[in-house]
Amino acid sequence: MNDPTTARSPADPIIRIDNLTKQFGRFAALRGVTATFAPARLYAILGDNGAGKTTLLRTIAGLATPTRGSVAILGQAISRDIRREFGYMAHPSLLYDEMSGMENLGYFARLYGVRDSARCAQVISVVGLDPAWQRPVGQYSQGMRQRMSLARALLHDPKILLLDEPFSNVDVRSAGEMVKLLVRMRDAGKTLLVVTHQASLLGGAADEFVWMQNGQITNRTADRSFMGIA
Amino acid sequence: MSAPTGITWATLAKDIRLEWRSKDAINSMLFFALLVVVVFSFSFDPNAEESRHIAGGLVWVAFLFAAVVALNQTWARELRNQVLDAYRVSPAPANALFLAKALGNFLFVAVLEALMTPLFIIFYKLRALGPAWQLIAIAVLGTWALVVNGTFFAAMSLRTRSREIMLPLLLFPISLPALLSMVEATTNILTGENSAKFWIVLLATYDVVFTTGCLALFETVLHAE
Repeated sequence: MNDPTTARSPADPIIRIDNLTKQFGRFAALRGVTATFAPARLYAILGDNGAGKTTLLRTIAGLATPTRGSVAILGQAISRDIRREFGYMAHPSLLYDEMSGMENLGYFARLYGVRDSARCAQVISVVGLDPAWQRPVGQYSQGMRQRMSLARALLHDPKILLLDEPFSNVDVRSAGEMVKLLVRMRDAGKTLLVVTHQASLLGGAADEFVWMQNGQITNRTADRSFMGIA
Repeated sequence: MSAPTGITWATLAKDIRLEWRSKDAINSMLFFALLVVVVFSFSFDPNAEESRHIAGGLVWVAFLFAAVVALNQTWARELRNQVLDAYRVSPAPANALFLAKALGNFLFVAVLEALMTPLFIIFYKLRALGPAWQLIAIAVLGTWALVVNGTFFAAMSLRTRSREIMLPLLLFPISLPALLSMVEATTNILTGENSAKFWIVLLATYDVVFTTGCLALFETVLHAE
């Protein structure tokens, strides 16, 4: 496998988006978005409903094909090798309801070539759940499912995390724990793009706030006061 | 990274586990096939000779309709919680998923056939006059022909609004050559009037061509929006 990180300067953007447009029929969910995201930073992507945040994340993850423009991760277009470099957490859990957390993660681990079952138990513990639970994920609360979904995204220790609404339906204490976890990952050198409506949760943690409106990035700032969360 | 075969087996094991817990596909298929056997046996009252001539068509049409139930289920469970997206963002090859799904469907339909065939034999008083061992080859090749295309077209119709209707619309016309081969070969063996070899070779050729085609095109289907 080619290592996508070879011959890259640490200062190079880890994600580069160039004039990205995504249309669904006549509706443009993204309109010529151009942006770069630097390594080892935590970005909070904010905006009203329908602003294009989820579509932006899905397009970066390769789940939506750009109508125009391009996305490069580690300097390369989406490919099987590049998919190894990011973890994706969507609004739905992306988990099988009939299987336990360990069974789910055991299966997804195989997709990434992770053969160590201890790794599954480790990431489940990291998100604050118990790997010994035998009950199926379908019987989890919504918040627990969210955390298990985050565990799935972390499973293969990716360089980039694309997280769509990770705190929705999570209680305040658990959300706080998740934020601390995200900060630890950022400090460990990972890049995080977090789509959220709960800007206040990331107020003290995000390095930069990216504001989207009508399919465009209308503002990027590190100034918390601008976002009204200082 | 895991070898594609490892991912295929892991996905197959996961599908068997899910089916074992939910029994969605097997129960629906069994119920449907049982209905066909009972209803047809009451509708017609063939003697042993007549049975040999019609049983090939009856058996395979029943299995084809029953297989559609399983084929719809196999992808439906990947849509719940959008789990298929977890596969699409992973570095796992599309073909590994396709093969696992096709093998899983093969297994489920084979279980159905194993359970239903004795009932067909009893209800229709069947006894092969030709080489009965060839029926095993027809069952294996015929079942694969149904599930390989069925798995592919079920994936294609996944994102359509009326996928339960779309699947038979896409699958049945393209399965006609295979269905014809299965019916003719089975009838030839049951009646012992002609050799089934030509139809078995045709069925094998059909399997090779469509398996290759499905494997070549599945990545496009998987990543289509």
